[in-house]
Amino acid sequence: MREMKSALLLFIAFTVICGGIYPLAVTGLAALLFPGQASGSLIADRQGRVLGSRLIGQPFSESRYFWPRPSATTDFPYNPLGSGGSNLGPTNPDYLKTVAQRVAELRGSGLTGTLPADLVQASASGLDPHISPQAARVQAPRVARARGLNQAELDRLIARHTEARQLGFLGEPRVNVLELNLALDGAH
Amino acid sequence: MNAYEWTQTLIFFLVLLALVRPLGSYLARVFAGEPTLLTPLLVPCERLVYRLCGVEADREMDWRRYSFGILWFNLIGGAVLLAILLLQGVLPLNPQKLPGFSWHLALSTAISFMTNTNWQAYSGESAASYFSQVVGFAVHNFLSAASGIVVAIAAIRGFVRRRSSELGNCWVDLTRSTLYLLLPLSLVFALFLVSQGVIQNFRGYRTVPLLQKTSYDKPKLDAQGNALKDATGNPVTEKAPLSEVTIPMGPVASQEAIKELGTNGGGFFNANSAHPFENPTPLTNQVEVFLILWIGAGLTYCFGEMAGNTRQGWAILTVMLALLVLAVAVNYWAESAGDPLVFHQGVTQANLEGKETRFGIAGSALFTAASTGTSCGAVNAMHDSMTPLGGMVPLSLILLSEVVVGGVGTGLYTMLAFVVIAVFVAGLMIGRTPEFLGKKIEVREMWMSIVTVLTSGVLVLIFTALALVVPSAVASMANPGAHGLSEVLYAFASMSNNNGSAFAGLNANTVFYNVCGALAMLLGRFAPIVATLAMAGSLAGKKYVPASLGTLPTDKLPFMLWLTLVILIVGALTFFPALSLGPIVEHLVMVGR
Repeated sequence: MREMKSALLLFIAFTVICGGIYPLAVTGLAALLFPGQASGSLIADRQGRVLGSRLIGQPFSESRYFWPRPSATTDFPYNPLGSGGSNLGPTNPDYLKTVAQRVAELRGSGLTGTLPADLVQASASGLDPHISPQAARVQAPRVARARGLNQAELDRLIARHTEARQLGFLGEPRVNVLELNLALDGAH
Repeated sequence: MNAYEWTQTLIFFLVLLALVRPLGSYLARVFAGEPTLLTPLLVPCERLVYRLCGVEADREMDWRRYSFGILWFNLIGGAVLLAILLLQGVLPLNPQKLPGFSWHLALSTAISFMTNTNWQAYSGESAASYFSQVVGFAVHNFLSAASGIVVAIAAIRGFVRRRSSELGNCWVDLTRSTLYLLLPLSLVFALFLVSQGVIQNFRGYRTVPLLQKTSYDKPKLDAQGNALKDATGNPVTEKAPLSEVTIPMGPVASQEAIKELGTNGGGFFNANSAHPFENPTPLTNQVEVFLILWIGAGLTYCFGEMAGNTRQGWAILTVMLALLVLAVAVNYWAESAGDPLVFHQGVTQANLEGKETRFGIAGSALFTAASTGTSCGAVNAMHDSMTPLGGMVPLSLILLSEVVVGGVGTGLYTMLAFVVIAVFVAGLMIGRTPEFLGKKIEVREMWMSIVTVLTSGVLVLIFTALALVVPSAVASMANPGAHGLSEVLYAFASMSNNNGSAFAGLNANTVFYNVCGALAMLLGRFAPIVATLAMAGSLAGKKYVPASLGTLPTDKLPFMLWLTLVILIVGALTFFPALSLGPIVEHLVMVGR
């Protein structure tokens, strides 16, 4: 009986420590040390209006913007309230049909040669803010045509927005699509 | 693998190996009550907790009282979490006004977090309030991890103590593993994660404009809120303009740190560690994998040190890491080889469906193997969309009872059960008395080890078979054919072994999966715990037999190979038929078409 009471009291004590003190301490310290990151790495314009988060991708479909990866979030692509992947298996007929449609669409937009897989296959979160540098470069001619810019200018812009491997060896090089497109609009 | 991928993988394992010993010997000191760096700071807190809760810290318990304590403690926690989830709608810290869970979802979720499984049949951002996340889930992330660790410590004491009936005091062990280990590490790593971009706040969700306004096909609903369907059964949709989206917020970092460290794995968001707010950079990815493995690996050294034979600890860790490296390699190979049905359409080869650009194949393979070789079950890539053989890697790691390196505590005690079986079988084969660490292995120890090792396998096969004959359970599959079987097999493997990851296409939020899953998680967690403690109790009572010429050395290479084989053979004998019908058939179909 005594042990049963101790168990209950210990559970309450740990709920206060791990469910109250700990998260509040992390929140307080995070707000103090890393306020920008703690509140979502938001991007704001010069007037302070929030334009999005640099960690959460946005849907783009017009020729004048770089396109992100396909997204399988619920309701609509890049819905931050419905993160997730397609969960379709590699031999699923529906999946293969979707892939064929994406390939056709990319070919229709003027892409030739081998297509970068990240433009054809959906990300795990459905919110992936990045594409590979290769996937950005193959889109440059289309964006250049739509905006009347010259290709060399765009290549320079892509290079400037390419993040290298972290610490020189971790992960993959990548381009943040929202930031690249914001730069395009800003440059215009 | 290219040079970068080799470098990042090699450095990862070197860092892990270098930090096994410091953590392991710290743990050994903490559970022996010896002073450590944090002692001056924490002893007053520890004493205060004991006083407030009426714990007699120096009274030890036999295995029955120890088991009872752990079970009762978990039962209280599970009941409280169940109540929180049912009443979520009227509880505080709910800026999105989310309603309570249905009874079967609440039951499955409460048991899932209590058993360190973190199987989630809901999506966090649209179903769980901040109160449920922080006071409900996060507390269980600490306490279920602590429960696993203390059972492992009690098991070690069983091997080490001589002619004793006592295994320690479970309240003291629980308190110490939380205060000295889980809390300080979580605090430090949570802040590190925030510095990289993981969010941490209690604000309402944030609406932001889209740079390119667009529109989407919105399903039309009837008056009752059900989707309308046309004559052919397709949903009726209408064009709806889309000019802004809502970005979820929340105390993510504090959850993320303990989620990995305690091998819990329950994501704050539906996409789990693939979500950029949970795992924003390649560095956070490597650190999260490290956290998943660190305590499990450290406990092997702790075991060696407490047993007075650190080589024994390293021998066990070697077996674990060998299997882990093999798993990473196979998954990496299968995913880079890609899906011929896709790359024959003129696409580059690697399979990137369900993977994030920043991690690449190497970062995804490492995370996948670590998360399923332990009982973590967090994902940074969607296992359901992996190639058949790539997806078989996480499935197999779970089916091997998660001993690579295993969940915090559970990995070590399950491995010790395999060691007992390996010693016993080897003893029979070469005609020597089976002994381990100077303790005779007899019928009772064998029984308990078999329960520990085989419970999950039996549960997986029974429930998978049941799901295949219940029509509503079959209807939950998202993919047709062999892949659908893999989804169901994975679901019950994951729940019975308390992993919590999923072939997530399966619609698991149904009465069948919630109730059967809850049962599988409960039995899969507590049957091995009680068996382990019973074995520890029996071992502790035995006398020490000094090693002689007839003793099989258990810390040398031949035994490590033997142990590896025993693990693989038990796994293969149990699951080969099921794996053949799922991933192996699908692979043959994929490459043959």
